[in-house]
Amino acid sequence: MKAIKKLCMLALLLMVPVLAVASGAEGHLDKAPVDLKDKVSMQRGAKLFTFYCLSCHSASYMRYNRLKDIGMSEEQIKKDLLLPEGAKLGSTMPAAMDKEAAKQVYGVAPPDLSVITRSRSPDWIYTYLRSFHVDSKRPSGWNNVIFPNVGMPNVLAELQGEQELKVEKRDGHETKKLVLAKHGSMKPAEFDTAIADLTNFLVFVGEPAKLVRYNLGYIVLGFLSVLFVLIYALKKEIWKDIH
Amino acid sequence: MMKLLNGLIGWIDARFPLISTYKAHVSEYYAPKNFNFWYFFGSLALLVLVIQIVSGIFLTMNYKPDALLAFASVEYIMRDVQWGWLLRYIHSTGASMFFVVLYLHMFRGLMYGSYRKPRELLWIIGMIIYLALMGEAFMGYLLPWGQMSFWGAQVIVNLFSSVPFIGQDLALLIRGDFVVSDTTLNRFFALHVVAIPLIVVLIVVAHVVALHEVGSNNPDGIEIKKHKDANGNPLDGIPFHPYYTVKDGLGAVGFLIIFCAIIFFAPDMGGYFLEYNNFVPANPMKTPEHIAPVWYFTPYYAILRAVPPMFGSQFPGVVAMGVATVIFFFLPWLDRGKVKSIRYRGPIYKTFLALFVISFVGLGWLGLMPATPLYTWVSRVLAVVYFAFFLLMPWYTKIDKTKPEPDRVTSK
Repeated sequence: MKAIKKLCMLALLLMVPVLAVASGAEGHLDKAPVDLKDKVSMQRGAKLFTFYCLSCHSASYMRYNRLKDIGMSEEQIKKDLLLPEGAKLGSTMPAAMDKEAAKQVYGVAPPDLSVITRSRSPDWIYTYLRSFHVDSKRPSGWNNVIFPNVGMPNVLAELQGEQELKVEKRDGHETKKLVLAKHGSMKPAEFDTAIADLTNFLVFVGEPAKLVRYNLGYIVLGFLSVLFVLIYALKKEIWKDIH
Repeated sequence: MMKLLNGLIGWIDARFPLISTYKAHVSEYYAPKNFNFWYFFGSLALLVLVIQIVSGIFLTMNYKPDALLAFASVEYIMRDVQWGWLLRYIHSTGASMFFVVLYLHMFRGLMYGSYRKPRELLWIIGMIIYLALMGEAFMGYLLPWGQMSFWGAQVIVNLFSSVPFIGQDLALLIRGDFVVSDTTLNRFFALHVVAIPLIVVLIVVAHVVALHEVGSNNPDGIEIKKHKDANGNPLDGIPFHPYYTVKDGLGAVGFLIIFCAIIFFAPDMGGYFLEYNNFVPANPMKTPEHIAPVWYFTPYYAILRAVPPMFGSQFPGVVAMGVATVIFFFLPWLDRGKVKSIRYRGPIYKTFLALFVISFVGLGWLGLMPATPLYTWVSRVLAVVYFAFFLLMPWYTKIDKTKPEPDRVTSK
């Protein structure tokens, strides 16, 4: 055992130069305040999602009636989300706009958003949606700091207002700053909360099982821990004569 | 009732070697009594194999091997199939944990010289299992039909096309098409679900039979069969059942605690077990900026990238990668040491083994990173260390100062 410990120590020490090579900075993302216990926040997010995002994007793996998981009744789903007459609750969420038409307008087909928080990250979504700024050089009139030259315009401008990009040069370093030039219907803090709600909802959409996964995990680990103690005692008993 | 049961067993035993098989492999298989922590991983590998087969069967019931439907069917499993998300996470976590367990199992073999005479064939059979599982994992990874599935397969299959003369035909044979396509998905599905698991189960049986023929090695690297009691049983051996059934059971529960912690709390393991980019459906028109295989292939991938192309061909790198996996087969004959176990080896072997572990882990990490000039050079150095461990082995194990082995097993 001693030899192994020494070996491990040696291995660790020699790893240091390898690890030292491993560092690098990526674009700064704000931390999304995701809270899957906050169902009211997810319900607010669901409304924003259906009003704004579903105009162009689909969520083609997500069924409307799954929103019962975040505490919405069938009535609420139909009413709050303004489902068209005759829409089936068991259907998945289609985009209002035709995919081909959207491609004509924006240059790219808007991606499906079912698992967007899993391919990007919640932090990315949270930051991206708050990083639009006016850019007259772009066909849509909008650009984004996190996703430069994105085809999507700032559809939330009526809430957020209009941001402008200010680039400051100091000691050869460029710092980019977004400044609110025109107010929207929400104050900046309100808008951040709205986007947090939307991100929260999208995390749920990305993996609805996440709402039960953690609780079930505690039960399973609790069971296994008890089993571990019992089997450890059994092992001790059976092995007591082996020296 | 007992009489009836005994009668039944007697009836079977007259027609099938039931009792003798049970005795030979379970109740009277004598294993060394001094197994330590490292000896859990063999039985754990078997446990993971069973987990993968069972969860895989249930996934197959809802998965659709069709380029147009595959991605959606995985999301269907994740959302609409009862407990589908659990099955999928068990299977995806199981794939990675299989390699964790396997690498630790192989490392145990390196530490205690388990590949040495008379266990050469046992080691070789084990290596065949390892290679088969690499194929199994590679093909399984295409099935979710995400961006990384598609482009990972594209990159790996293209490696085969660098083989001189037959390369193009070989790649065509693997893909069944000129690009990775629906055809490829279908045949990978068939191989992943039927062909390779069948082979793996058969050679795992062969692995256990070979093990029980020669007997297990132990942390002291000495043969317990040298000292037997009046009944012909090894003095330092204990029957597998109940001693090791209960001990491996303890190991299994301990392992399941870690396994379930991953499944329920971090199934994507920060992008290492489930890559983020694989949540984007495969798009043959859009190459991702950075293609990295899953972590268990990355040491070899780093070796591949470390070798510069020669005559405009990547083939030398492919050869290096192939040799890096196959070289394990030759260990029994490369090792000239007087002793088997690291406990009695000299400082040179210990240093080389430590360097090997560093090179393997380091290459694994570098294989995940984009190939910058600095990283490529670090990869080259580590690749040389990797091969030096094997190629210099006949020399350094011979000159190493070993300690005398004990006569009987020790418990530390």
